[in-house]
Amino acid sequence: MSMLNLAKGDHSRRLGDLALKYAIYIVFALLIVMISFKEPTFLSIENFRNILSMSSTRIIIALGVGGILISGGTDLSAGRQVGLAAVVSASMLQQLDYARRMYPDLPQLPLWVPILIAMVVCGILGLLNGLVVAFLRIPPFIATLGTWLAVYGLNSMYFDRPPYGAQPIGGLDDRFIKLGSGYLGSDGTYSIPYIVIIALLIAAFVWVLHNKTRFGKNIYAIGGNAEAAKVSGVNVAWNLVGVYAFAGVLYGLAGCLEAARTGGATNNYGNMYELDAIAAAVVGGVSTSGGIGTVPGILVGVLIFSVLNYGLTFIGMSPYLQLVVKGAIIIAAVAIDIRKYLTKK
Amino acid sequence: MADTPYILEMNGISKSFPGVLALDDVTIKVRPGTVHALMGENGAGKSTLMKCLFGIYTPDKGEILLEDRKVAFADSRQALDHGISMIHQELLPVPHRSVMENLWLGRYPMMGFGPFKLVDHRRMYEDTKKLFAELRMDIDPKKWVRDLSVSKVQSIEIAKAVSYNAKVIIMDEPTSSLTEHEVSHLFEIIRKLRSEGVAIIYISHKMEEILAISDEVSIMRDGRSVGTYHARDLTTDAIIKLMVGRDLTHRFPPRSNVPGDVVMRVENFTSAERNSFQDVSFDLRKGEILGIGGLVGAKRTELVESIFGLRPVQSGTIHIGGKHERIGNPIRAKRLKIALLTEERRATGIIPMLSVKDNMLIANIRKYIRFGLLNEKRGSADAKRSIDLLRVKTPGERTRIRDLSGGNQQKVLFARWLLTEPDILILDEPTRGIDVGAKYEIYTIIADLAQRGKSILMISSEMPELLGLSDRILVMCEGRMTGVLEGKEATQERIMTLATQFM
Repeated sequence: MSMLNLAKGDHSRRLGDLALKYAIYIVFALLIVMISFKEPTFLSIENFRNILSMSSTRIIIALGVGGILISGGTDLSAGRQVGLAAVVSASMLQQLDYARRMYPDLPQLPLWVPILIAMVVCGILGLLNGLVVAFLRIPPFIATLGTWLAVYGLNSMYFDRPPYGAQPIGGLDDRFIKLGSGYLGSDGTYSIPYIVIIALLIAAFVWVLHNKTRFGKNIYAIGGNAEAAKVSGVNVAWNLVGVYAFAGVLYGLAGCLEAARTGGATNNYGNMYELDAIAAAVVGGVSTSGGIGTVPGILVGVLIFSVLNYGLTFIGMSPYLQLVVKGAIIIAAVAIDIRKYLTKK
Repeated sequence: MADTPYILEMNGISKSFPGVLALDDVTIKVRPGTVHALMGENGAGKSTLMKCLFGIYTPDKGEILLEDRKVAFADSRQALDHGISMIHQELLPVPHRSVMENLWLGRYPMMGFGPFKLVDHRRMYEDTKKLFAELRMDIDPKKWVRDLSVSKVQSIEIAKAVSYNAKVIIMDEPTSSLTEHEVSHLFEIIRKLRSEGVAIIYISHKMEEILAISDEVSIMRDGRSVGTYHARDLTTDAIIKLMVGRDLTHRFPPRSNVPGDVVMRVENFTSAERNSFQDVSFDLRKGEILGIGGLVGAKRTELVESIFGLRPVQSGTIHIGGKHERIGNPIRAKRLKIALLTEERRATGIIPMLSVKDNMLIANIRKYIRFGLLNEKRGSADAKRSIDLLRVKTPGERTRIRDLSGGNQQKVLFARWLLTEPDILILDEPTRGIDVGAKYEIYTIIADLAQRGKSILMISSEMPELLGLSDRILVMCEGRMTGVLEGKEATQERIMTLATQFM
């Protein structure tokens, strides 16, 4: 009898563990069910395509921040780096016949050149973040708080110049616009936006990086127990530099795509994106104390916020109330997720 | 053996930290195929010396010769590359990663070519399996390390150090968390390594281990070398004498406590947690030291933490002073004048960044509040008094507790709980990781408390400690109580028999 009870207890416990393990995915599914219940027309391919498009740059940013969180750090400068990349790439990709070109004499560049420049610029900024964190031993929160301010300043200096002053950069090259809003496949329902494809490719790349490469595993080890990594012969400092620099490169790409998607750029682009990205990563199960987090988790974390943004507006919820709901979701999701690590004591 | 050339020489090593000369002209010479024990009290500089060897610290002076070549390692990577590996005193697991990823951290097997190299998980798994088979260990390589017991984690660290195929293996307190069975298993591994010509530097506080396994013993005291001796010429007393620089005729203080009436009666206590203790009953008397013996995993910590209200209980009762009490939480336990010194001093005891004083007062802070504010003067006075009373070695009550040695930190924790004026003190491994001299002082404190009528419930995994201090010894095995021995009739053998009854 007692054996039987034990087995049954085991069973329900295992079910509980399983529910905890996939808590975030369950929350995601429930969210969609709840919104669709309220407004059945929400369930359409078009809506999902929109949600995915909206998510793509955010996914790339969150993957960058996520890696840094896993290493035990954080990055407040992410959003400002995105803004810088948007301005830099847009400034070099304006139509030749546009009246207010930032560089009137600049010939038409191959599409990849400005994008690469933006990625390199942000990569260098990330590298600096990493060097400061790894070698000056400044806490990442403070180090990137500094970069957050400085990058915005630099971006504004670059942006706000004569003769046109602080005007939004517009008249973007058709190829650039197409990258941001074009899609693969025939017109209509069955098509995939390019930026979604790019985001998914990046996600796949980061997944391999995190799970299959020495660098990725070192990052998890450093976040989990930096001392252990050090005495096992892992070069902690340079691995950290790498994770910040790589995140910078991702922000650079995300910034370009953000400019392309919206057809313009200003120095305020990307403002507060770092907080969205950190929230998404954390809701997706990344631990802010390091060592824990998965790429699928980060993806779902981002999607949860996109579904909230899009879905709550879709059902006509007041934008103010939406903020309250989102805030509650962050806390609730992490409260559930953290049980995984608390229950077994 | 005497003629074999040294594989490793550390000559005239000095190392100072701000304000302390940690190592002063220390020399140690190790031959291949031997176990070289390194002994000394905590703070004698053993770990510092080994960290100098392993590239964690850079010595200020002196030279290190490895196979007659001068070496100086800038980091652990270089030490590992030169054939030196180390089991670290503090366990260093990466908790949310698998066993195998912990094992091969820093040297994952790779596949592919050029810049397109990926970690070869299959080979990592097979290498782990092979290593575990060789060492006769049975741990699932894919399991998360956080789900393993402390002793398993330590076993993995041992396996890891062995797997480097090093010429010199440093083992800094490798058995601190191992069961007796695992210790004898480690000794088999060590003997095998020794026969293969590996030199092992073995640091431990456990005399019996040192005498059982080592060939040579180097002793350090206060950052200096005392000398190197053949293990066969040494006895426990001789080692202690060399370590502390004086005779320590009594390892335990004399006791004159007389157990009185029953103050706490625990009946049919069963945990609400899975695979924990069940049906434990005992009495604790006034002025009595009741030891709790058993192997690691006997659920002794779980038992005392449940009594203290930290863990849920399914059934059973506690009577304190004849009154039935439901404890439920530590606040209630404190009100009933029960105190608990936890096993993990670092994790659940000290608050490292706070001062000695704050650490002492924290369990009893209410007493020092006047008109809603802290009365600093009274607090400082009590802290100073406790420092004198327990002979805590500290520059002052404002020193951060993390700057104190383990033994002195433990004394501060004693002071913390004594200030709550408890009747019942529960001590969970009170001398773990504390050096011999300080241990004696802790024993004196315990004996003195019992003498003054406090009731002590003490978990210890060290047999001599249980036998030397307890009035009675309760023995547990796999969560069940297997017997209570009177202190006078208890022997190591009888305790062991009870501790392994269900194994």
